[in-house]
Amino acid sequence: MKWAPVIAAAFLLLPAGAAIALAPAGDAVRGAQLYKARCGSCHSLDANRVGPAHRGVVGRKAGSMAGYSYSPAMRASRVVWSPQAIDRYLQNPQQMVPGTKMGFRLADPGQRADVIAYLQQQGRTVRK
Amino acid sequence: MTDIIASRRTLIRSAGTGLLSVAAIAILGDMPALAREAGKGNGVSARQGDIDILNVALGLEHEAIEAYQIGAESGLLQKPVLDLAVIFQGHHKGHRDALSGAIRQLGGAPVEAHSRADYIESLGIAAIKNQADVLKLAQAHELGAANAYIGVMPSFGGKELAQVCAKIAADEASHWSLLTAALGEPIPSAAFLFG
Ligand code: HEC
Repeated sequence: MKWAPVIAAAFLLLPAGAAIALAPAGDAVRGAQLYKARCGSCHSLDANRVGPAHRGVVGRKAGSMAGYSYSPAMRASRVVWSPQAIDRYLQNPQQMVPGTKMGFRLADPGQRADVIAYLQQQGRTVRK
Repeated sequence: MTDIIASRRTLIRSAGTGLLSVAAIAILGDMPALAREAGKGNGVSARQGDIDILNVALGLEHEAIEAYQIGAESGLLQKPVLDLAVIFQGHHKGHRDALSGAIRQLGGAPVEAHSRADYIESLGIAAIKNQADVLKLAQAHELGAANAYIGVMPSFGGKELAQVCAKIAADEASHWSLLTAALGEPIPSAAFLFG
């Protein structure tokens, strides 16, 4: 995953939440598998489960999936889920959004890039 | 105290799954230590963080219990797979009881299960047509659960709670292995099957 350090470095130089126009680093095909195995017990694309539905999450305001019962912290956060914001959240969710219910971490930067590429590829939010 | 009595009752109710009950008691026996450990040094917010993580895990266990129930009642499972499903469901009930006990001990309120109709919709049960479909759903669930437990471990304030999650993850991993064998699928050759 040679892009991951580049993105990480670029991110450090920019204010949090700034949009960065970089080629996607991850592989969405690998990301689909990873998503199923790592995120799939709590999340799915179209159903709110233990965690909120994910289709269209990239670019969405945090805590805005209709019908899901978020933590007060997530609802109140001003995060918008850019790829960089998701990357940060997955490293340590409770550090980025203190009070969030999600404790799951994905330590491997390459795997994070793959999952984010997959999420980015999944179209718009389907409201049920 | 009432918690302990209540959990004992739950355990007695689930008698017949002897092994499970022993495991659950061992975890519950750690509770006062868990409660001390969780808040240690990090104050109230760390404890609340631990409660939140345990409650998310409890949500997974509720889902698994209901999914196995739906599977068992579907008429799609034949023996010995049906027996396996019932045993695994018993393990998930043991996990549920241990997690609920830990949450109460930390001063939190355990989340309730959703309705069966909710699970049927969110798990896409309508698409399930035969025994292999049921096994594949269970296999995916157990893999995801093992990975979820492993992935939340570094976020705990209390190390003892991480150990409880490791115990549960090991159960989910063995479920995954047995389901994979029942499906006749090969075991991956690379190391780190989970996590
Ligand atoms: C153990 C269960 C669990 C796992 C595993 C998990 N999550 Fe979550 N996730 C949650 C919960 C619960 C929330 C809601 C957080 C809140 O309300 O504070 C959440 C919220 C999120 C959000 C915010 C969504 C929104 O609508 O604001 C993102 C993004 C996210 N998760 C990504 C992921 C990704 C990507 C993975 C896999 C790499 C993953 N999660 C794995 C439980 C989990």
